[in-house]
Amino acid sequence: MKRMILLTLCLCTFISVFPISSSAYSEDYDWERFKGKNAEINVYNWGEYISIDEGNEGDYDTVSEFEKLTGINVNYTTFASNEELYAKLQSGGANYDVVIPSDYMIGRLINEDMLLELNYDNIPNVKYIDERFKDPLYDPYSVPYTWGYVGLIYNKTMIDDLGELESWDIMWNEKYANNILMFNNSRDAFAISLFREGYSVNTSNLKQLEAAARELEKQKPIVQSYVMDEVFDKMGGGEAALAPYYAGDAITMMEDNPDLGFAVPKEGTNLFTDSMCIPKGAQNKEAAEMFINFMCETETALRNIEYICYSTPHTEAFKLLPEDVQNNGIYYPDLEKIKTERFYALPETTTKQIDKMWTDIMTNTNTSPWLTPIFLVAALGFTAFINVRRTMKKKQNEL
Amino acid sequence: MNRKSRWAAGPYILWMIIFVIVPLVLIGVFAFTTDAPFDENSKRLTQEELAAIEEEYAETDEELPVTYKTVFTWDNILSVSQYLPVLFNSAWLALIATAICLIIGYPLAYFMSRFRASSQRLVQMLIMLPMWMNFLLRTYAWMTLLEKNGWINRIFGLIGVGPFEMINTQGAVVLGMVYNYLPFMILPLYSVMTKIENHTIEAAQDLGAGSIRVFTKVVIPLSMPGIASGITMVFVPAVSTFIISRMLGGGTNMLIGDLIDLQFLGNAYNPNLGAAISLVLMVFILLCMSITNQLDNGDEEMEGKML
Repeated sequence: MKRMILLTLCLCTFISVFPISSSAYSEDYDWERFKGKNAEINVYNWGEYISIDEGNEGDYDTVSEFEKLTGINVNYTTFASNEELYAKLQSGGANYDVVIPSDYMIGRLINEDMLLELNYDNIPNVKYIDERFKDPLYDPYSVPYTWGYVGLIYNKTMIDDLGELESWDIMWNEKYANNILMFNNSRDAFAISLFREGYSVNTSNLKQLEAAARELEKQKPIVQSYVMDEVFDKMGGGEAALAPYYAGDAITMMEDNPDLGFAVPKEGTNLFTDSMCIPKGAQNKEAAEMFINFMCETETALRNIEYICYSTPHTEAFKLLPEDVQNNGIYYPDLEKIKTERFYALPETTTKQIDKMWTDIMTNTNTSPWLTPIFLVAALGFTAFINVRRTMKKKQNEL
Repeated sequence: MNRKSRWAAGPYILWMIIFVIVPLVLIGVFAFTTDAPFDENSKRLTQEELAAIEEEYAETDEELPVTYKTVFTWDNILSVSQYLPVLFNSAWLALIATAICLIIGYPLAYFMSRFRASSQRLVQMLIMLPMWMNFLLRTYAWMTLLEKNGWINRIFGLIGVGPFEMINTQGAVVLGMVYNYLPFMILPLYSVMTKIENHTIEAAQDLGAGSIRVFTKVVIPLSMPGIASGITMVFVPAVSTFIISRMLGGGTNMLIGDLIDLQFLGNAYNPNLGAAISLVLMVFILLCMSITNQLDNGDEEMEGKML
């Protein structure tokens, strides 16, 4: 789930009324046990996914607040996709103490035995996290940080009948040919097709996956382009009528372009949580747990969610949000009313099959079957021509 | 040459070993290996056997009696063949871009080399100027220009034509390649052409050669090394680009670079296949470079003859 610099311009620059003082944090937790011990942790998070000081008055800098409170040094680095995080952890080049992947990636990391079990005694603040977002599958490996879901962003001026937005079918409607944007990553794109077909997004059934792939192939001629972050630019500029994207980002886009709206199709959609975990190889597990506990402090959770504009699973922070945000149906929809399904880690063979189908969809068309022979003949002909010319020249020289 | 002074090349050789030779060997190793499942008795398992064991243990909490070992395989290289159309498509687009760069760059480099020294420096700076800006930013700017409601279509709209569909086409990808790599064509051409003395051209004219004959028999042969290195410097990065096709091709025109990117940062995370595709691409580029080298060599002989 990618984020963009645009997020900094996000609407949710709510004016915070809470003065920052040491008493803002729980007093019955021993924050200072690492003071003076030169402790250090490496935190690896999404880009634009934590509150930082941008130089405005009242800005909250999470990392320096934590360092001030605990005396632990934080090396903070960022990634752009779950897969990038996975590749980094796999290669073993760096030791991270806290990482914040999305749920299906956590499942994969657990399956491959790459995460450490958390000791909740060191993270008492986990009690604030809404039970709905804790998944027993990921217990006791992760503590949810944010959540969100996928929906359809549409341009009101380009859609005839808002009723059509109730189904993902609209993404296959010829009426909107060349006005449709689609996810440029296999998992999210397949999810839409699978929801539309009425299958589970976590299916390993080859027939169902093939059906979904066929639909995606059918859709390709009417898709304007496959995008991730480019969606901000394209929807904001009125380039397309429809795009599926993450709810938090949709609000950012709607701020930019008032013609935009957001809808959740009835067939269901993907709900995700990004959670904090400690990977194997962590240097200082206890300090890492202290960091996670700090992130679950009400004050910290509130400031972070205000900054990143996604939805918070933190019950106390939620109560302190402005009322119009609490009642905002896009940020905090009634989860009973929309059908959602989470991504789980898929078996490796299934992931490979999906990627293979996706590559085929992305590459097959537009490639003329004549291309290969033409190219080969041209290359060979060119080589032959040069050689023949050279020998002829040589003969001439000899004469 | 002084024997001692050879040591001056030491730092670069060390650099090359660490950052060129070792990674190349690693790519080779990855391309020809895979993680295969083995059971307790070190017997290699087939996919079906593995699935059967997984099913058997699915209900229990016990760990699978399966260990993964790295083994030699041809599979990666063989499975690259299904992506050959993508490779040829990339090569085709890169070839068109290279040809356009040559057609645009050649006359410019020639006339530039005939300018006064001060103007030469100015033009050279103007050519380099876009490269001072970030590559990604430049490509992003083209996206805004070419879009349906972009600047170019808006200007067309003012005179009552269009809108044209420009972005998300192969043409847009070629345009992005030409724009980004044109300086790499002009600069080597220019540096070779400044070495062509005006006397040589005048001598040809004195001997009665017309301007076309001067051009084909003197200027082109003498600038051949520049043409060869210009082609290489444009074609090689163009054939392996991935960001241009993603931004300007709308993701529908997947190039070989996108495919490699997908193997490392996609859902499937398959560095073995990624390395195999890279290896095939490398061999392919090597082939293309040997063709351009012939171009170069073929004319060194001519050069000798002429002198």
